[in-house]
Amino acid sequence: MTSAKLSNGLEIVVIPDHRAPVVTHMVWYRNGSADDPAGKSGIAHFLEHLMFKGTKAHPAGEFSELIADVGGQENAFTSNDYTAYFQRVPNEHLRTCMDYEADRMQNLVLTDEVVAPERDVVLEERRMRTDSDPGDLLNEAVQSALFTRHPYGLPVIGWPDDIAGLGRADALAYYERFYTPENAILVVAGDVEPPAVVALAGEVYGKIPARGDAPQRQRVREPRPHAHRLVTLADEKVEQPSYQTCFLVPSYRTAPGEAEALEVLAHYLGGGQTSLLFRTLVVEKKLAVSIGAYYGGTALDETRFYLYGMPAPGVSLETLDQEVAAIVAGLAEKGVDAADIERAKSRLVAETIYAQDNQVAMAQWYGASLATGLSLEDIQSWPERIEAVTADQLVKAAHWLDHQRGVTGFLLPVGRAA
Amino acid sequence: MTETLKTEPKPSNSRAATVQQVVSPGGIKAWLVEDYTVPLVALELAFLGGASQDPASLPGVATLLAGLLDEGAGPYDAEAFHRILEENAIELSFSADRDLFQGRLQTLARNKAKAFELLGLAIAEARLDPEPLERVKSQIAAGLKREINDPDYVANRTFRRIAYAGHPYGAPVRGDLETVASLSRPHIADFRAANFGRDNLKIAVVGAIDAPTLAAYLDDVFGTLPQKASLLPVPDVLFAGEGRREVTTIDLPQSTIRFGRQGIARSDADFIPATVVNHVLGGGVFSARLFREVREKRGLAYSVYSQLAAQDHAAMLFGGTSTKNERAAESLEVIQAEIRSIADSGPSPEELDKAKKYLIGSYALRFDSSTKIAAHLVRLQAEGYGVDYLDARNKLIEAVTLEDAKRAAKRLFGDGSLLVTVAGRPVGL
Repeated sequence: MTSAKLSNGLEIVVIPDHRAPVVTHMVWYRNGSADDPAGKSGIAHFLEHLMFKGTKAHPAGEFSELIADVGGQENAFTSNDYTAYFQRVPNEHLRTCMDYEADRMQNLVLTDEVVAPERDVVLEERRMRTDSDPGDLLNEAVQSALFTRHPYGLPVIGWPDDIAGLGRADALAYYERFYTPENAILVVAGDVEPPAVVALAGEVYGKIPARGDAPQRQRVREPRPHAHRLVTLADEKVEQPSYQTCFLVPSYRTAPGEAEALEVLAHYLGGGQTSLLFRTLVVEKKLAVSIGAYYGGTALDETRFYLYGMPAPGVSLETLDQEVAAIVAGLAEKGVDAADIERAKSRLVAETIYAQDNQVAMAQWYGASLATGLSLEDIQSWPERIEAVTADQLVKAAHWLDHQRGVTGFLLPVGRAA
Repeated sequence: MTETLKTEPKPSNSRAATVQQVVSPGGIKAWLVEDYTVPLVALELAFLGGASQDPASLPGVATLLAGLLDEGAGPYDAEAFHRILEENAIELSFSADRDLFQGRLQTLARNKAKAFELLGLAIAEARLDPEPLERVKSQIAAGLKREINDPDYVANRTFRRIAYAGHPYGAPVRGDLETVASLSRPHIADFRAANFGRDNLKIAVVGAIDAPTLAAYLDDVFGTLPQKASLLPVPDVLFAGEGRREVTTIDLPQSTIRFGRQGIARSDADFIPATVVNHVLGGGVFSARLFREVREKRGLAYSVYSQLAAQDHAAMLFGGTSTKNERAAESLEVIQAEIRSIADSGPSPEELDKAKKYLIGSYALRFDSSTKIAAHLVRLQAEGYGVDYLDARNKLIEAVTLEDAKRAAKRLFGDGSLLVTVAGRPVGL
């Protein structure tokens, strides 16, 4: 792994993997849906779509056609904290990808003729992913309840009325603000020589004029939650009830040290079939058919920890929620099992070796970490920090999962009580 | 003694040359790509048969068995088995599709002895205990309930039911709520006894392991399997329902559309030309006709695609999109017009050239991780290809002429009549 920084502020990371003559080229921007201006939710994601509409020198479709002609793949994605663009191509075409990506960092051209149908495409995307899925509509409501002030409560794709109101001027203003070399991270993974990649990036991306300081991301802080909130969605399309409780917790950036404990705790509680919740509620008590836990630690600001599951037939969601809460609360009294902690830690650490089998996974790991305010040193020392988590830290981290601080979501069939 | 067979020497840029054909002392065969870059071993296996071997009245048996192989085996109950997997960071899973029962194993190289031991237990001595049996059934049932009104599930299920009525390909791979509830241990034990044989087993291994070491493990893991599986004959089947349109009303803002017709079989000389012309119509690129007309020009949908889906006993052209109810009829008209147009005139010379370039160049992307290589090598074996196909494949695509493509387009798209299934509240359909 090699890193560098150009004089215009663009950060570079190169991760060599010589097993196949293929390269993954990604540019990450440190802005996501949580940076959408008020009333303009969805603009980060909409601009991601519009970035494929061409530049002064290269009309729409030209870059995509070139990628397709070499058998490459390309796409882009938007998250709360970042927006990223990638191409996977035979390694001799790295330069071409850089040329086009650098070009659309500066020279995007948008007309109303391309903006209007693309807005319809995004509305269809929303109808497909969210509006047609009661489970996803509930997730949206849970996030809105958890984040009362902080923009993580906004859907990445945006609210329908906001999307409908987005236009060319909004997109260009947003583009001017965030699409700068100071705000970008270049990640190249695959069959390449790092010094040559850094030199090439200097030649191509280095020509982009510096724009001054990187844009600041000043977001309001979510206040401490004190009250439990229950969000219920009952829909005639739902046949299988499910439940989730979501908690506001620190992220790797906001609380190094605590985040590692939360990571191990998620695996200890709900990572697979040997986890505490699965053994107790699925195997022993037979109250649930599935159960799990997830910690979203890769985030710029305070983030989410999820507990979720589906009840066994005849078991109410309230019962399941209470049983889960009792098990979590019991950690402080009963303590945690040392062998179970060790197993969770070794499984997590092994993930870093498995990731090395996949250049895309490596590029995403590095890109997402850097875009959420972590350093290369943070990434590389992660296995040791996970190994160092103690039983006491785990119990302490479980205090974040106090039921009184959480938002519970119930997905229900119509006419059935929770 | 270990016998490692290598085909004749190949030029260094040959993909086939990277594959060793290993035969164990006991006669178990596997394709191996030896690579020590990352300290991992990935194995993929497939028993030919899959869900098409489910009893006609009881779909879902293969899927249930797949869910149970890692739920206790030999001396270990389900919890103990999972505990050992976790402690050693071993990934082991099984699944069934229509033609194959598949397994995949991934392990750190240092834990490979334990990994192969657990794989062997899962294959030969899975216990199928009552507790996990009921648990996995309830998980499959919950998954099916979740999807009952999911528009993708409903449109796909209706499509299959009409296209392959009365054939195993028309049945749901995971079964349905009624059949899953009625499955019991003898059903899955019988399926295992009939389907796990040495003559229908294909294996591929990629990673930090050499041929003699692998050969010894192959005998340990698969050596006790019967020589022959006893598979039910599955008849070849033609696509039914072209020209038919079936709407399932679900209260949703969007209509999910599936369309298709008879395809061209893998064994047909026009299979490769048909693959190329399908790419021109609905392949996963921005320049595909459907993407351009439905999404880029008109903003009708986020996703629109077509594929040539070839299975062991059937082949179909299959595609889909999701569009708001008010514009569902318009979307379908645009799709049908594109299909008629490519049937009549075939691709342009430029389109053909670009499709060939894409399909040739993109093959390399299937070979950039151990798990992807292993999965591809097992699929090639299951579909009856030899190692040489790894090098021949791109040459076959390169050889497609405009005349081939026009002929294949006429055969594939014919008069353009389609079976169409829709889930939602489409206006005007």
